[in-house]
Amino acid sequence: MRTRAFTVLLLATFVAPLLAPPAPAAQGAPIKIGFLAPLTGPFAQIGKDMVNGTELFLDEIKREVAGRKVELIVEDTEGQPSTALNKSRKLVEQDKVHLLTGGLLANVGYALQPFIDGAQIPATYPVIAADDITQRKPAKWIVRTGWTTSQPMHPFADWVLKNTKYKKITTIGMDYAFGYETVGGFQRVFEEGGGQIVQKIWTPLNTNDFAPFLSQIKRDSDAVLALFVGRLALQFMKQYEEAGLHGKLPLLGGGTTTDESVLPQMGDEALGTLTALHYSQAIDSPANQKFARAFEARAGKIASYYSEATYTNMRWITEAIKAVGGKAEDRAALLAALRKVDIKDTARGPLSVDAHGNPVQTIYIRKVERVGGKLQNTVITSYPAVSQFWKYKAEDYLKQPLYAREYPPCKACQ
Amino acid sequence: MTVEFWIVQTFNGLSYGALLFLLASGLSLIFGVMRIVNLAHGSYFLLGGYIALSVIWRTSTFPLALLAGAVAIALVGIGMERLFLRRLAGQTLGQVLMTVGFALIFQDLALLIWGGDPYSLPLPSWLQGVVTAGALRFPKYRIFIMAVAVVIGALLWLALDRTRVGAMIRAAVDDAEMAQGVGIRVPTVSLGVFALGALLAALGGGIGGGFLGVYPGLDFEILPYAFVVIIVGGLGSLPGAMVGSLLVGLLDNFGKALFPELAYFTLFAPMALILALRPTGLFGRT
Repeated sequence: MRTRAFTVLLLATFVAPLLAPPAPAAQGAPIKIGFLAPLTGPFAQIGKDMVNGTELFLDEIKREVAGRKVELIVEDTEGQPSTALNKSRKLVEQDKVHLLTGGLLANVGYALQPFIDGAQIPATYPVIAADDITQRKPAKWIVRTGWTTSQPMHPFADWVLKNTKYKKITTIGMDYAFGYETVGGFQRVFEEGGGQIVQKIWTPLNTNDFAPFLSQIKRDSDAVLALFVGRLALQFMKQYEEAGLHGKLPLLGGGTTTDESVLPQMGDEALGTLTALHYSQAIDSPANQKFARAFEARAGKIASYYSEATYTNMRWITEAIKAVGGKAEDRAALLAALRKVDIKDTARGPLSVDAHGNPVQTIYIRKVERVGGKLQNTVITSYPAVSQFWKYKAEDYLKQPLYAREYPPCKACQ
Repeated sequence: MTVEFWIVQTFNGLSYGALLFLLASGLSLIFGVMRIVNLAHGSYFLLGGYIALSVIWRTSTFPLALLAGAVAIALVGIGMERLFLRRLAGQTLGQVLMTVGFALIFQDLALLIWGGDPYSLPLPSWLQGVVTAGALRFPKYRIFIMAVAVVIGALLWLALDRTRVGAMIRAAVDDAEMAQGVGIRVPTVSLGVFALGALLAALGGGIGGGFLGVYPGLDFEILPYAFVVIIVGGLGSLPGAMVGSLLVGLLDNFGKALFPELAYFTLFAPMALILALRPTGLFGRT
């Protein structure tokens, strides 16, 4: 008796849906979007946040745009360029996606660039920030919906010059391109405005113990500019306090140093840190409050720039699809539409695109404060409509070399 | 370079070395008795940290958290040795591959349970802050790490050198077959040593959690350091692990402080040199 009931139940579960009339489908075949993120390995959590941001937006629009269904195909890059490349091939050649998006690490971004341009597939980079992808080595088929590494640092240096007494700054950052471009962008504007970088310290990516580096910091600097990501940011903050520097040498930083992906795990040692980024979870706008609340409800953790990046990225993509009337098959038209997006009310503020395919957007100067028992990046002020070239002319800017370990040279370092 | 610089850097190097000792001593003992290169040793360190983290979230008791992590991982070690590694006794390659497999499984398991966000072990108030001596500042937690390592080191040395069990372990290290022949139950000794090694690594992970943090990837980041320590010190030797970890801690620290661009060179060049001149390490026996 029981077995029969079970069989019926089983049949009902699996067969009934086949017999039911198909749900009222959007017209035509679905628009397929391929999404790349590291879902295993050390960056898995950030990858998960990126997927969550994307799915959140798709759910909000009921997975339908311009009368067509949207199908998201997620692939794991493992944080490896070679895997990312293989998965991109699979998405484009096998799944026949109409658009490729995602990616976290700069090396993945550079590895995919020739493939994307070769396959002539419209693509967006919501997180990958390596400057040259939209500067000296622009990719024709990639539109950046995120940021360039140095973009927030130019206005940040401007703000520090005008609002603090810090004239001599020591920098300490991760020894790779993301660190160079952060520090370089800051240094250029800061020194042109009369400030001095008096020391540059680079830490290997696998640093566990910051003590040997912290003890080198010149104690007569006015402030320290730090650039770290993820667990390195967490440890750096803690050890900065241990070394007795917290409160003595004010701390400035690139945005990821206090990003909401690590901020909840930090303690009082992070208080007072000033940073700049194109997002803060604490932005007090209706659009951001709505996003931040929805994300927290969905993911069980607060939104960070990674999740906002992919959420807004998906909005950007759907705006472009609407602009071409849902004809995602017309690759050239879709690419052109992606390069023309202009949205006034994203979670991070108004967004438009420059001629090189990078967003012109608000940069927020933020300070870590404790509000209601929790740490947050309180927005102190903002610079509207900041371009990746800051106030320079694009032609002049592009003639300068890319920010690097030794560029701009450190003239005030002995 | 001022006197303060040397004092502070020496202190930093010694405290890092102390942490490495907790990790490497177990690895060395396990290799000594069982001739197993345990590549899951970094996973014990990581999981010990994660378990300590979970316990501290629920109980806010730091010593209990360390203990819970250590004991839980010792049990994991016993399970691994008893159910898996023992079946492959004598097959070095099979055993190494099996420990790699375990390391990968542990990695995914940790990601599944604790997620991928990095954490730092919250410290009790009595371990926060610094001890000042003139212009010098010594974080209390680093002093604590050194104290723990000294106590553990002394206990291990006493146990190995002065007790009957210690004599049995030393006999098994020297010649397992002969030890078996004179009536020492080598498999039981092996099991005990494996559990002890796992326990020490997990304890190191818990203590390291307040200093290095706990995060995915820590397991394979810390493992090479443990190998450098036991290669420099000599496989299977406790004094070797002690001297090796202090040496590596100091070299790593001074290398990064004095020649930051050569950080890897200053760490690995001495290892290569010691391997060339004394292939068995400083305290290893042929």
